[in-house]
Amino acid sequence: MSKSNITRRGALKTGAVAGAGLALPTIFTASSAAAFTNEPTGGTVTLGFNVPQTGPYADEGLDELRAQELAVQHLNGEGDGGMLNTFSSKALDGTGILGKKVQFVTGDTQTKSDAARASAKSMIEKDGAIMINGGSSSGVAVAVQGLCQDAGVMFMAGLTHSNDTTGKDRKRNGFRHFFNAYMSGAALAPVLAKAYGSERRAYHLTADYTWGWTQQESIAAATEAMGWETVNNVLTPLASTDFSSYIAPVLNSGADVLVLNHYGGNMINSLTQAVQFGLRDKMVNGKQFEIVVPLYSELMAEGAGENVQGVFGSMNWNWQLTDEGTKAFVKSFGEKYGRPPSNSAHTCYVQTLLYADAVARAGSFNPCAVVEALEGFEFDGLGNGPTLYRADDHQCFKDVLVMKGKENPANQFDILEVVEVTPRAQVEYAPDHPMFGGAEASLGECNSGA
Amino acid sequence: MLGLDKKDTALLLAVAALALFAPFILNIFPQNTALAFFNGGYPDLMQRFVIFGIFAIGFNILFGLTGYLSFGHAAFLGVGSYAAVWMFKLLNYNIVPALVLSVIVAGLFSVLIGWISLRRSGIYFSILTLAFAEMSFRLAYSVLTPLTNGETGLQVYSNDPQILMGENGVTSPHLFGLEMSARATLDLGPWEFTFPVGYYLCAILMLISLYLAIRIFRSPFGLMLRAVKSNQQRMRYTGLNPKPYTLAAFVISGMYAGLAGGLLACMDPLAGAERMQWTASGEVVIMTILGGAGTLLGPILGAGTIKYLENVFSKMNEALLHSWFSWLPDFIETPLIWVLSKFTGEGWHLTLGALFMVIIIFLPGGLVEGGQRIGRLITGRSRKASDTATKPAE
Repeated sequence: MSKSNITRRGALKTGAVAGAGLALPTIFTASSAAAFTNEPTGGTVTLGFNVPQTGPYADEGLDELRAQELAVQHLNGEGDGGMLNTFSSKALDGTGILGKKVQFVTGDTQTKSDAARASAKSMIEKDGAIMINGGSSSGVAVAVQGLCQDAGVMFMAGLTHSNDTTGKDRKRNGFRHFFNAYMSGAALAPVLAKAYGSERRAYHLTADYTWGWTQQESIAAATEAMGWETVNNVLTPLASTDFSSYIAPVLNSGADVLVLNHYGGNMINSLTQAVQFGLRDKMVNGKQFEIVVPLYSELMAEGAGENVQGVFGSMNWNWQLTDEGTKAFVKSFGEKYGRPPSNSAHTCYVQTLLYADAVARAGSFNPCAVVEALEGFEFDGLGNGPTLYRADDHQCFKDVLVMKGKENPANQFDILEVVEVTPRAQVEYAPDHPMFGGAEASLGECNSGA
Repeated sequence: MLGLDKKDTALLLAVAALALFAPFILNIFPQNTALAFFNGGYPDLMQRFVIFGIFAIGFNILFGLTGYLSFGHAAFLGVGSYAAVWMFKLLNYNIVPALVLSVIVAGLFSVLIGWISLRRSGIYFSILTLAFAEMSFRLAYSVLTPLTNGETGLQVYSNDPQILMGENGVTSPHLFGLEMSARATLDLGPWEFTFPVGYYLCAILMLISLYLAIRIFRSPFGLMLRAVKSNQQRMRYTGLNPKPYTLAAFVISGMYAGLAGGLLACMDPLAGAERMQWTASGEVVIMTILGGAGTLLGPILGAGTIKYLENVFSKMNEALLHSWFSWLPDFIETPLIWVLSKFTGEGWHLTLGALFMVIIIFLPGGLVEGGQRIGRLITGRSRKASDTATKPAE
């Protein structure tokens, strides 16, 4: 046994030291002279770009970062101005935001909720970022959105496709420009019914996490409304790289369409393996067997190569669109980086401009004023046609692209073609839709951190 | 003092002083200078320093003393976090029930895993713990989603029961009304120092944890654990059963991990499944070895080093490097930045890897050994005299 020799004097001393230690933090009182969190006081304002730089979505993240850097240049009046020239709102004049030069800090989300929150926190607490933009996964977007709400800064979501981001997890300080799984379903289903007929039997392979489920739910509901039947839904672990054991049973199930609710590396592997199994050469129920990938991305299509040929999917935006906004953006992006921007790059660029514009129109960096300026905001010229930021759930409503893998690609970037631009009216839904948290979902109050 | 000998008291007081003045030490560079980038004195990072310090101190009780290398300790950290967030969801934001439950749940969970894994030793033990942790991660990530909210991470919603929450209850974690996110700032000329409540709470708990660890290290129980490490065979032949000792050490370190997990949730009320991934388990192993396994101070140093690299180096992007080296001529600047950019920003793992290799090769006793060598150089004392201080693990 260890000997304990507590003396009266020793105990008193220890108590005094401990007491002083405990009391010290309370001597200073919280001094919050600023009107809101990270109020920019000098000649600059700092934005935080929080993207995955390592992990499965690193390619998407790096492309987002390119676009964000470009947006900052355009805001500061460098370069050719890009979409600022085509944007319907003219509040931005290339002198930064409200006369303050725009600076940015970057961080690595590692596609993990914890790491993303840590890096967003360091941007807010250390670098004084007033807005966080980015994210290439819905889990991360939801986690960071919650953090920004609590800290009293704005969150402009990057690539996040799950219904939850503006559904059950919607927040007053968070805004999403990207489309969602419900919209994918609503846009894809009619095209699929037209191309493959209305008597199809679908087999779903779904990435086993929040985004996969909401997408599967949305696609199944939309296709069933067209008369399709959902034969089976099999959940696959996110970390799987070999899908052969999931693909083998598909043919014996009597299904004639395979829906791959996968993204990133998962999608590249599952699609490649399904094609290698010869699924697309088979005839089932007297019909040609088909594969559908509801959420496309250029970077994924590049990875899957010729396997995407003839496969349908949906996208938020594509560089091949011919409107003025798209042309201006593709031109300045192409000149700077020598490649066309991906749709995740586009959404981050647009979100940064929309934030800056809202600040300029509100005349204040105060998040509550910015929220007010963005709610119900209608704009055009940013590549998606006329767009509405709905006030009820902070989701953007705009046309959705239905894409198809090109049969004869001309070069490595020319892999997908636009099949249909689905009009906005067809993908709209009520703010209290059951897939979006129903009547219980609420934005809560805006928080400026004051 | 408090049953510690002179040396240990000095160590504890030194750590206490460091913890108390961390907001000054870590913000040593004035604001608005280029060097301010290297400051680490913001609330989130300081809290991480001490929380992962607790995690590593606990891990060291198992690894440093018994030599059992667990590759699954992150599972206990994660379980602790989930327990704490559930307390927030069910009761209210008071951190006391959250921390108590997280330690208890992590303890029970480690009894279960320890009971099974400790049937084997050496590499088999490591693999078993790794397997259990991966299993827990998979369960948390998808299978148990109603309990863990899967990929998104468990968080508190406004429509949660929170039965103890009054009408105008505090809506962020607090200790009987004292909010964890509250902080005071002190402006001294160009310097700005932040004193967060959450950090000081974590620091006090870390000091208590360290004190308990010292007592365990110096107790007969600690001696038994060292006996397990040096030769289990011999221990058995003398008629002692090592299993109860190793299991106790395993559970104690699991409870430390649970406390760390609970604190993480108290500082930021969200529990992500990635907390349980095998990389997180590997991280605490690296922390302990980097700092010096089997030493008292080592794990804390290791945790601080890794968290600093992760949060500061990972934010060094190319634009920033350009702004630092713009005074160099282009033909030097471009290659220099090309090289540096591989080690900063997204390449911070490379810096960590290189540092780890250097330390393992030249300082097998970790940072603590480095400190001792420097100390010897300064005082010019012989090797023998200081060897009694802290013995690094083999």
